[in-house]
Formats: sequence, C-alpha cells, structure tokens
Amino acid sequence: MSAFHLAQINTARLKAPLDDPSMAEFVTGLTLMNELADRSPGFVWRLVGEDGDGTIAEDADPLRIYTMSVWESPEHLRAYAYQSEHLDYLRRRREWFHPNGPEAALVMWWLPAGEQPTLKEGIARLDRLRADGPTPEGFTFRDPFPAPISVAR
Amino acid sequence: MTTSEDLDDLDALTTLADGVRRRAYRVVADGAGPVGRDEVAEALGIGRTLAAFHLDKLVAAGLLATSYARRSGRTGPGAGRPAKLYHLAPAEHAVSVPPRAYRTAAELLAEALDETGAENVLNEVARRHGQRAAADKTAHGQRTATGESEDVQELLTGHGYAPTAAGHPDRIELRNCPFHRLAEQFPPVICGMNLAMINGLLAGAGLDAAWTARMDAAPGRCCVSLSKTKTD
Repeated sequence: MSAFHLAQINTARLKAPLDDPSMAEFVTGLTLMNELADRSPGFVWRLVGEDGDGTIAEDADPLRIYTMSVWESPEHLRAYAYQSEHLDYLRRRREWFHPNGPEAALVMWWLPAGEQPTLKEGIARLDRLRADGPTPEGFTFRDPFPAPISVAR
Repeated sequence: MTTSEDLDDLDALTTLADGVRRRAYRVVADGAGPVGRDEVAEALGIGRTLAAFHLDKLVAAGLLATSYARRSGRTGPGAGRPAKLYHLAPAEHAVSVPPRAYRTAAELLAEALDETGAENVLNEVARRHGQRAAADKTAHGQRTATGESEDVQELLTGHGYAPTAAGHPDRIELRNCPFHRLAEQFPPVICGMNLAMINGLLAGAGLDAAWTARMDAAPGRCCVSLSKTKTD
C-alpha cells in the first residue's frame, strides 16, 4: 500500500439552481455517480455536503459548486471519471454548467494516507494551480506529478 | 509532435514494408486478445519459426509488445511452459514529410472548444461529417445495408474502429479509438464528438433505425458501443 493517496477537487458553475426543473437530470445523476464512486476500485473518501449529495455550494455564489474526493491513485480516479458511466454525464455537462473558460476546473494533489482534505485547502490548491500552473502542490492529468517517496518507518 | 525528423518512427513504419510482416501485424491487431506465434503461423500459412522471426522484428520496432501465459488455462506442474504472446504496443507512430503537426493543431482546437463550451457545434459538425461519409460510400456502389451486424461492422471498420461482435449478435464493441490520444486528453469533448460522428455514420448508411450507439466507457476500448434496436 502506498503511504500517499490522491486528493482531487473540481468545480463547476451551474446554469440554474439545483431545484430548477432544468437541473433534474443532473441531480438524479449526482446520486447515481456518488454511488458509482463509492463502489469504484481505489475509492477512499469523498466530501459529503449538508444535502448529502456531495456537492458543496459557495456561500457568496450558490451556483458555484465543488466536489472533493480521495483515491488510491490517479489511475483509479481516471477509471472512475473517464472509463465508466460517469463519462456520459461529463459529455452532457454543457446542459447544466457554464463553460470554465481558461480557468482550471480540477486539481489533484498527494496527501498522506488516512488524512482528509478540507474544502478550504482544496480551493486554495485550485487557486494556486490557476496562478502558478502545475506544481507538486496541485496538478492535472495532463501534467501529473508522482507520489512523494514513502520513507520506511 | 511527431514529424519526419523523428527517424525512430520512420524505422518503426518501414518494418511494415514487408508483406508477410504486415499480414502478421494484422493478425495480432485483429485478435480479441494476445496472440501466439502458432496462430499467426496458421493464419499466414507459414512455419512457426518464420512467424516468430517476423513477430520479433515487430517487437523490436516497437509496434508489438509481448506477454507470457499458459494457453491451456491450466496451472501448476504439468501445465506446460508459458507461451510467448503478442499484442499491439500502446505507442503511436506517425511520420509526415514535410513536417506537419496536425496532432498539435487538434489539441489546440480541442482545448479552445473546451474553454468556450462550444461542444454543441463540434457535435453537430461531427454528426454531419459522419452522415456524409457514410452516404458517399453507399452512393459509390457498396451494397445496401440490411441492418445485419456485419453491415455495421463493415461501416465502422472503414473508419478505423476495429469493431467486434463481443460474443453477442445484437451488440458491437469497438476495440480501437481513432482519436485515442486526444480522447485521453479531452475525454468529454472528444468522446462526445466521437459518439456524434458514429450516430452520423449510422444515419448516412441507413442503419440508424436498426442500431443505437451510446456512451459505454470502459478501460481498453472505444467509449461507444452499439446495440441492435429492439423491433418487437
């Protein structure tokens, strides 16, 4: 077992509030995709919001949502995100989300196994990626960084 | 970016200039899984030693890769020595003379579409392209589609998808993604485009009533699969 796990946070800006009829299919998909994540190989943890749907809205901008999760490796996250039913929801994202423009919408980083990231930390890492580009503190699938070398105890 | 300056790629491709070797490559590419030298020898009607010679040349060129497994499925003492098996290497090779960088252009275009959220336009263009490509072929004297699995497979083979019946007459899986590298970099954009194009191909060939394409992402194959539409 690796001593490090991979955390990710991603964000989207909704075209309408989650209780709007135009968002109904997205909300249904949220439950299905969370259940799929929970039973996916390499899944470790995900942030569960007050509504229990896994999306966290920003206080200042309720249409800005975040999801955050921890996986054993980038390969496990990739398999869930892009090689499962989840890809079909991603394909339809323009029905529900505004485009992100040049801003990164997803950032990954390594954290010691057993630790849980906080939303504040995740947003800070997203900001850092946007400001400085990929670093070991926050990177993307296109510019990945390897896990830190585990020191034998 | 790969251009004619990358002579290693040119080496890899010239390895396929030999007709027997090219046929050996096709046998491996068409296989549902890793293929042994005996199967290649039999398919080509050549000896096992010659088949192994050509297969190993393809490995040395980086076009094929090897693994070892007991073909009998038995394990333990008496199960025999593991056989050397061949499968396609994941690397891609392209040479352009003079140098052209269409892959870089495609990456830039995909990134721009991603940023602006213009996938709807891309999908409509892809669907039209597919429809026109299939309709042109039908107009050029190819046999009329009857809705059989073979018709869909022939259509998709012509566009590089390496379709397979996947053990079921009403279902087709695609072993090759013609946009593989781009699809890995921009999955929602490129996979959505791919689905739209396949839908266009089916429509252009008059097969869209009998067959349905849908997103069906899984490791190791194209993100789209097709199933026969229930008619009863």
